[in-house]
Amino acid sequence: MAKFTTLTSHAVPLPVDNVDTDQIIPARFLKVTDKNGLGDNLFCDWRYLKDGSPNPDFVLNEPESRGAQILIAGDNFGSGSSREHAPWALVGWGFRAIISTGFADIFKSNALKNGLLPVEVSPETHKRLMEAVQPDRTTEITIDLPSQTVKAPGGIESSFPIDDFSKHCLLEGLDQLGYLLSFEDQISRYEQQRT
Amino acid sequence: MTSTMKLKTLFQKVWDEHVVVQEAGRPAVLYIDLHLIHEVTSPQAFTGLRERGLKVRRPDKTVATMDHSTPTLPKSLWVIDDQAKAQLAQLERNSKEFGIELFALGDRRNGIVHVIGPERGLTQPGKTIVCGDSHTSTHGAFGALAFGIGTSEVEHVLATQCLLQREPKTFEVRVDGQLMPGVTAKDIILALCAKIGTGGATGHVIEYTGSVIRSLDMDGRMTVCNMSIEAGARAGMIAPDDTTFAYLEGRDRVPKGAEWDAAVDRWRQLRTDDGATFDKTVIIDANKLEPMITYGTNPGMGMPISQTMPTSESFDDPSQRAAFEKAMKYMSLQPGERLLGKKIDVVFIGSCTNSRISDLRLAAGVLSGRKVAEGVRTLVVPGSHDVKRQAEAEGLDQIFKDAGAEWREPGCSMCIAMNGDNLEPGQYAVSTSNRNFEGRQGKGGRTFLASPLTAAAAAVAGEVTDPRSLLLA
Ligand code: SF4
Repeated sequence: MAKFTTLTSHAVPLPVDNVDTDQIIPARFLKVTDKNGLGDNLFCDWRYLKDGSPNPDFVLNEPESRGAQILIAGDNFGSGSSREHAPWALVGWGFRAIISTGFADIFKSNALKNGLLPVEVSPETHKRLMEAVQPDRTTEITIDLPSQTVKAPGGIESSFPIDDFSKHCLLEGLDQLGYLLSFEDQISRYEQQRT
Repeated sequence: MTSTMKLKTLFQKVWDEHVVVQEAGRPAVLYIDLHLIHEVTSPQAFTGLRERGLKVRRPDKTVATMDHSTPTLPKSLWVIDDQAKAQLAQLERNSKEFGIELFALGDRRNGIVHVIGPERGLTQPGKTIVCGDSHTSTHGAFGALAFGIGTSEVEHVLATQCLLQREPKTFEVRVDGQLMPGVTAKDIILALCAKIGTGGATGHVIEYTGSVIRSLDMDGRMTVCNMSIEAGARAGMIAPDDTTFAYLEGRDRVPKGAEWDAAVDRWRQLRTDDGATFDKTVIIDANKLEPMITYGTNPGMGMPISQTMPTSESFDDPSQRAAFEKAMKYMSLQPGERLLGKKIDVVFIGSCTNSRISDLRLAAGVLSGRKVAEGVRTLVVPGSHDVKRQAEAEGLDQIFKDAGAEWREPGCSMCIAMNGDNLEPGQYAVSTSNRNFEGRQGKGGRTFLASPLTAAAAAVAGEVTDPRSLLLA
């Protein structure tokens, strides 16, 4: 997993609540057997018109979105299915962090395992960030993981929560399986006790 | 019990039993008793195992099935696209190579993962059960702690039979009173979603309690637990009781003889201690419940079927209002109007929410001696081959066919629309599945979620109909 320390980038505003995993990556793209290429179909049904051409009204297709690594979405982002294809698609497009007022449990857990940082902020901070980004898409937001802060011009500064373990893994670029495997002895003992 | 013993909820009892290691400031290492896998969310996990040179630690605690991308047209079992074919072939190869039991397409034990687990008796009280699928919450109906995981976690469980988990909070949903005729388990859970919203139980495990929950059969309890995820909870649980034990006794994988008696004695302890507290409680008065239906694009956008849809003014919060308006636009519906009488194109009776034998009996009860309305396509898709055989033994298939409905092979079918069964753009469907998200049942398709009774009534009327009008007729 890629390390995450500090990220400064312009952002894509998507002020929609309850964006579900079927919107992030529709089920018809789940027939893949690897993790690659899903970024092309991120938000597919909003992003492309019937004839397959890019929908000029969808924010991701606006030239200002190019190169953005932060998505500011509405509340309860990532509800719905457990498909890890959702963070794979977001990371595939180029996002490294999502800012929202709340995330669905499984999405959050999946995102953290893919170097994609869920940044949960208060409704007030969320509103101020949206108001900073929407009129000026070049506005840069800085997300600093060690200090757990998000900053933007105009004096916007706020902290965000993350559990110590996930933070540690992101900072070091560790994946959690290695950590789990280190408990082999305890797991074996547990299995023996129960049988 | 001595007064010094901590009072525990059902969830806490199962959780505590499965914590292998709990280091301060770290997530718990939680042992998993049953790992169910399917073709869509497992391939990358096996690739990960191979890349690290790891084995599956406990193939004996792992069971695979094919359900999501499988076709449901009779006699055309292998006519699917190359990608789906490759996915199924990969599951077959992975199962063989790692020694995992697979209920492949065509196997008489095959079916939707959340239907076959209980059927085979793999799902048991007190177990921890995971699957790369959010509706794993279904298995909580047996008093198991069951939840959906991502593909990275599938790999973790394959490799270590454990998961890193933070202890969630607890949430009691108590359903008291009595269900009125025409009101089913599906209406209870749709009412909960409408009440607390799709993020209402985020971070929590729900325990369903109350006289109405106790009165439900196992199929109904599974319907309720299945959609816990639609209310934001990763898991839903119901304490096991005689109804649970009667369902399980004699099934393939449950203990037999003296071991069965011992197991039942153990399982009887799996209940929330009197006086134990939950982090949150919501009470639903069943006497006031009506058949429910959703009008919007998430399962929280639901209402009693006789009522009118909200209007923009119903929402104070601007982002909720925006979400409502967006949903109305996608659904092409008029705020403030009734849904009753809305013409529909498709009825889908199936999915891990409502494809069990009791669900099919409910639907058949409405369709018996009646015809599906002209121009309405009605699909009835049993959840498993067991369900299909049982339905055919009872003659339900004939009732469906006589009414003009399609009787299909088991699978996820139009619930996820990645297998050849899907809505066309603009079509309206009444569905017994669990998600009405934009495009969920096919690009541009529009879904009203409802119970099997309401879905069958809509099939007959060709429009959204209160099933009670047909039940009394
Ligand atoms: S029936 Fe639908 S919700 Fe259930 S497992 Fe299949 S796709 Fe998922």
